[in-house]
Amino acid sequence: MTQDASYPWRQPDATPFISIKNLSKQFGSFTAVDDISLDIYKGELFGLLGGSGCGKTTLLRMLAGFETPTSGSIFIDGAEMTQVPPYERPVNMMFQSYALFPHMTVEKNIAYGLKRDGVGRSEITDRVADILKMVELSDFGKRKPNQLSGGQRQRVALARALVKRPKVLLLDEPLAALDKRLREQTQFELMNIQDQTGVTFVVVTHDQEEAMTLSTRIAVMDAGKFMQIGEPAEIYENPATQFIANFIGSANFLPVTLIDKNQSTVQLQHEPSQKVFTAATDHKSPESELTTGQQSTMVLRPEKILIDKTPLTDCQNQLAGVVKEVAYLGKLSTYRVQTEIGITFEVTAPNQIRSQGIGHRIDWDDPVHIGWNDNSAVLLQS
Amino acid sequence: MATKDPMVNNAAGGTRADAPDNRPRNLFSNAARLLQSRWQSVITGIPFFWLLLFFLAPFFIVLKISLAESLIASPPFSNLLHWNENGFPSIKVTIDNFAYLWEDSLYIRTYVNSIQIALISTLICLLIGYPMAYAIVRTEGTARYILLLLVILPFWTSFLLRVYAWMGLLADQGTLNSFLIWLGVIEKPIRLLYSQFAVYVGIVYSYLPFMILPLYANMEKLDTSLQEAAADLGAKPVTGFFTITLPLTAPGILAGSLLVFIPATGEFVIPDLLGGGNVLMIGRVLYSEFNANHDWPVASAVAIALLIVLVLPMMLYHRVQASEAERQKS
Repeated sequence: MTQDASYPWRQPDATPFISIKNLSKQFGSFTAVDDISLDIYKGELFGLLGGSGCGKTTLLRMLAGFETPTSGSIFIDGAEMTQVPPYERPVNMMFQSYALFPHMTVEKNIAYGLKRDGVGRSEITDRVADILKMVELSDFGKRKPNQLSGGQRQRVALARALVKRPKVLLLDEPLAALDKRLREQTQFELMNIQDQTGVTFVVVTHDQEEAMTLSTRIAVMDAGKFMQIGEPAEIYENPATQFIANFIGSANFLPVTLIDKNQSTVQLQHEPSQKVFTAATDHKSPESELTTGQQSTMVLRPEKILIDKTPLTDCQNQLAGVVKEVAYLGKLSTYRVQTEIGITFEVTAPNQIRSQGIGHRIDWDDPVHIGWNDNSAVLLQS
Repeated sequence: MATKDPMVNNAAGGTRADAPDNRPRNLFSNAARLLQSRWQSVITGIPFFWLLLFFLAPFFIVLKISLAESLIASPPFSNLLHWNENGFPSIKVTIDNFAYLWEDSLYIRTYVNSIQIALISTLICLLIGYPMAYAIVRTEGTARYILLLLVILPFWTSFLLRVYAWMGLLADQGTLNSFLIWLGVIEKPIRLLYSQFAVYVGIVYSYLPFMILPLYANMEKLDTSLQEAAADLGAKPVTGFFTITLPLTAPGILAGSLLVFIPATGEFVIPDLLGGGNVLMIGRVLYSEFNANHDWPVASAVAIALLIVLVLPMMLYHRVQASEAERQKS
């Protein structure tokens, strides 16, 4: 058994659990979702990431059945769902506002879906008790939603959606209403619950960190289309476009022209300064397809650039510069370095040593050297 | 919080001024606060005074007359206060007027009939008004406000004029009968005016906005994601309506119903103009006691008895409003 068993999307012959085919949704003349196709596999925690108005919520609402697609189709577990009303889909949703019924107790809220399915009274009692235990709210069953804290409401909403044992759980910005500390804690709870129940989760979020932490795979959306679909590390380390590189984390962009190419490396020149950089072509990335004389963009993540007051002799690529800004974040610092080629680089470095004195630390207006290895940059065709 | 209530604020200001650890520099701010709270009592006092003068005082006058005897004089009722030969005052009240209402079955029947007509009208208003309010809330953009305006629009014309208009519509030679004859549905005019039917039409037409507006206000706050959540959890639209929408709009239903029921019970103009002599309603009885029979004490007793009948629904309405306000806060 290879480890690929838990990564079904890496296998070309795996059967998708949710299959979205050429799906579009128009509101009047506005296209919210634009001819997208996507396969999601059983047990995935799939993240739909994008800014507001990118179409991610519309896509989720089409999966739930609240919106009818203008064209295209949706299959869940082999069954066509496109025209099936929400109350007949094997799908449950956790709403961004939680949408708890204010006139019902926590228990009644959770039992609501089971009652609709005609589950027997004693079984309802048992299943409600079980799920309340799972979300650690056993003592709160008799309370009304307005007697709960934000975090507790969130867990009731999750319990209510999960108690019906849906094939797919849809989560619309599940953590957006929580404060930062609670959000981080809840992220791991969500992952645990997903692991325990084995239900396929589709999470909509605008928060890229949340998407990265939670998801097995992420689809980055913009203007109703998928910009890139992949595992978090894949999207971060191999962004397909400048938009993605900028949207997921931050990045430095360096416009270059390919001047020389051999088996494992390419030579790239920044034309205004005539400065030449080296990049490796050791993986499937598109730099191998570049030809001599072609324009491209080097994408450099801030944490992959080293910074020091002395020249960095180990790095293949080096630039001298002056620190223009320093943001001290505790565990790391972010520097903005105005380099000799006229481009400002953002560089982050861990603060490994407790600052001993002014002299050791890199500070405003310090002359510094920055450098990176040939396998640190990603090349994008421009 | 304390500044909201002038009484509480006065008390707080007072104790602070008396407190031994109070330093002189606080005196001015305390004085200012005291003055401010005085202003607050003045401002809140004006409407109270208004109610006292134009609501409570007339009520006591009516109550007084209802306890007096009928006389052929001007004014046509006895004085409660008498001076005997020794110069001592004595008060003479009678409950004969109320006893008369109880003994003559006409009055009881009229009260029951009024309440019955009001209840049925309220129910019809609810059945028409609920879907209308729901449709208005679900309408997007400017159209919603145009629809709301249309609900309020009848108020721009005199109530009396609108009831007269219905007389024209419902009369034997009126618009509706002429139209039906022209269509060939009927040959002779059917009796529409001066009937129970005409009274229902009049009341439902006149009071429908009072049903729609509180329902609209209530439904507007309803989060549509609750209905979606119900559907998502497997509730068909009908089930979702009865388990989620209806319970959550119950305060609006109650408020609207009471706003229709309370004035409809005592309605005079509609039964008088559209019901003629054929529909017994308490408003008309009161009017004829007062103007035709010149029996002011019995007329007053009728009014007081009506008030007693309506106190319960009025208190209910007040409680609904209070609990709604409480819910808004949380």
